[in-house]
Amino acid sequence: MLRYTLKRLISLGVSLAVASLVIFLVVEVAPGDPAAFMLGINAEPEAVAALRAELGLDVPKWQRYLDWVGGMATGDFGTSYTYRTPVAEMIAERLQVSLPLALYALALSTALAFPAGIYAAARRGRAGDLAVMGATQLGIAVPNFWFAMMLVLLFSITLGWFGAGGFPGWEAGLWPGLKALTLPAVALALPQAAILARVMRSSLIEIMGEDFMRTARAKGLTRRQALWRHGVRNALIPVLTIIGLQFAFLLAGAIIIEQVFYLPGLGRLIFQSISARDLIVVESVVMLLVFAVIVVNFLVDLAYAAVDPRLRRRT
Amino acid sequence: MSLAERDRAAAPAASGRRPLPRSLWIGLALSAVFVVAAALSFLWTPYPVDGMNIPARLQPPSWAHPLGTDHFGRDILSMIMVGARTSIAVALLAVGIGMALGVPLGLAAAARRGGLLDEVIMRANDLIFAFPALVIAILITAVFGASAVNAIVAIGIFNIPVFARLTRGAALSLWEREFILAARVAGKSAARISAEHILPNVANLLIVQGTIQFSLGILAEAGLSYVGLGAQPPTPSWGRMLAEAQTMVSLAPHVALIPGLAIVFTVLGLNLMGDGLRDLLDPKVRKART
Repeated sequence: MLRYTLKRLISLGVSLAVASLVIFLVVEVAPGDPAAFMLGINAEPEAVAALRAELGLDVPKWQRYLDWVGGMATGDFGTSYTYRTPVAEMIAERLQVSLPLALYALALSTALAFPAGIYAAARRGRAGDLAVMGATQLGIAVPNFWFAMMLVLLFSITLGWFGAGGFPGWEAGLWPGLKALTLPAVALALPQAAILARVMRSSLIEIMGEDFMRTARAKGLTRRQALWRHGVRNALIPVLTIIGLQFAFLLAGAIIIEQVFYLPGLGRLIFQSISARDLIVVESVVMLLVFAVIVVNFLVDLAYAAVDPRLRRRT
Repeated sequence: MSLAERDRAAAPAASGRRPLPRSLWIGLALSAVFVVAAALSFLWTPYPVDGMNIPARLQPPSWAHPLGTDHFGRDILSMIMVGARTSIAVALLAVGIGMALGVPLGLAAAARRGGLLDEVIMRANDLIFAFPALVIAILITAVFGASAVNAIVAIGIFNIPVFARLTRGAALSLWEREFILAARVAGKSAARISAEHILPNVANLLIVQGTIQFSLGILAEAGLSYVGLGAQPPTPSWGRMLAEAQTMVSLAPHVALIPGLAIVFTVLGLNLMGDGLRDLLDPKVRKART
């Protein structure tokens, strides 16, 4: 396990290094100089040069890359070109919305998908299964931001149960905060739950055809006992991978959903930064999202290997 | 029973043909509606899509405007038809990019399986997988500005590893088969074997996956143009129709409802078609189901 962990750790480091290099290079080819952009077209060349020095743009590219990566490793993401505040602070503030939203959605989607998938697998081919599969087929086809708008129409505008958007901040208390994130989390969770339920169902159906399931029945367990004690546990392995992958997509998906509910999360930060050409913020947020994907996949791989020793031998 | 009748009854079994899966028909019909609407929009739309008519704004569906009008009094049916064009074009081209680059990479990786090339291609794929389509789009737009072309590129890049992995996985098992060995003994190069024997045998899988990526592309395009990273005005797109409708949801729900339903039906149609095609083309699934 130690050998495997070390190997995966090295490949994690390489992935992060290459990903950061790709992001840096893409942003580097952006036309225009941020300093000139910030000062407008009538700026004096001296003023531009001074600002370039202040922003650290006057050093060679490779050194800027190393500064950027080294800074991120120590929690210093640089200074925003437009707000002149540390990028790390801006991101930390926005993460207070985006991260709970993604986790909330993940919890909802898991809570919904598990029973639905298990139920469908247990009733395979019967009416209940067909109903669940039909619902998931629909769930996959629904764009989450449109679903979010429909939720607002029903629950905020027509029924008045929830506010139509905005975020009171966690200072207002846990409950108002959670309430403001409920509709966004539902919108984000439902399409993911549809996918997850399908994975759960097919994984469980595959397991139910295994010999050990027949053995479990033969030793006297009822169908239900066999399903829960041996089926569901074994079916969880592929399901966990999908959950890991989904977390990253939920974090990215939160960017769009935040627009529907006017939430002050990473999404709004990134779109503001794009229109203000605040590339250092864009660069850092993108790196953070990619970092989340890579690290979550790494953790899922490790969890896998911990559960199933056979996997350690393969690369 | 007459002889002719008996022949007809026996015919399907004799030729080994099975009825087409029902999901294929439903999916095909649903998708066809939007493809036809998009094609028709080149020749004719009920109203011009840029025809603003403020007095007639936010009208509910009526005989004159079967799907109502938006906040500028534009005919929503016409916009949906032209918007279908944008969605289909972006998603189709993105699938094209993914296939054109992903399939050769997957074939090459399988041909050099276990080698350095294989390793490099697969690690590069892992890397792209770490960038969700939205994140690629954000990066591209931040640098080059928002446009439909950049949306195509972003979704296309996201599709590359999907096709590369699928092709490699399927090709790997084919390389172990006797008929490939025969081709090798006959002195064919790895490139020729890949093109002449491997590719035709993975084509079915690619078609099924292509349909699924097509539907995902429609969803991605809608999301990107909703946040302003896709097609720019005046090109109508379903995502932007939704973005514009957002502030009017309470006044005229149909303005937000209809473009969303268009997306749902198109994606649903493509997914059902993909499922149907899989049942039809993948012998493993066929055996498992019967």
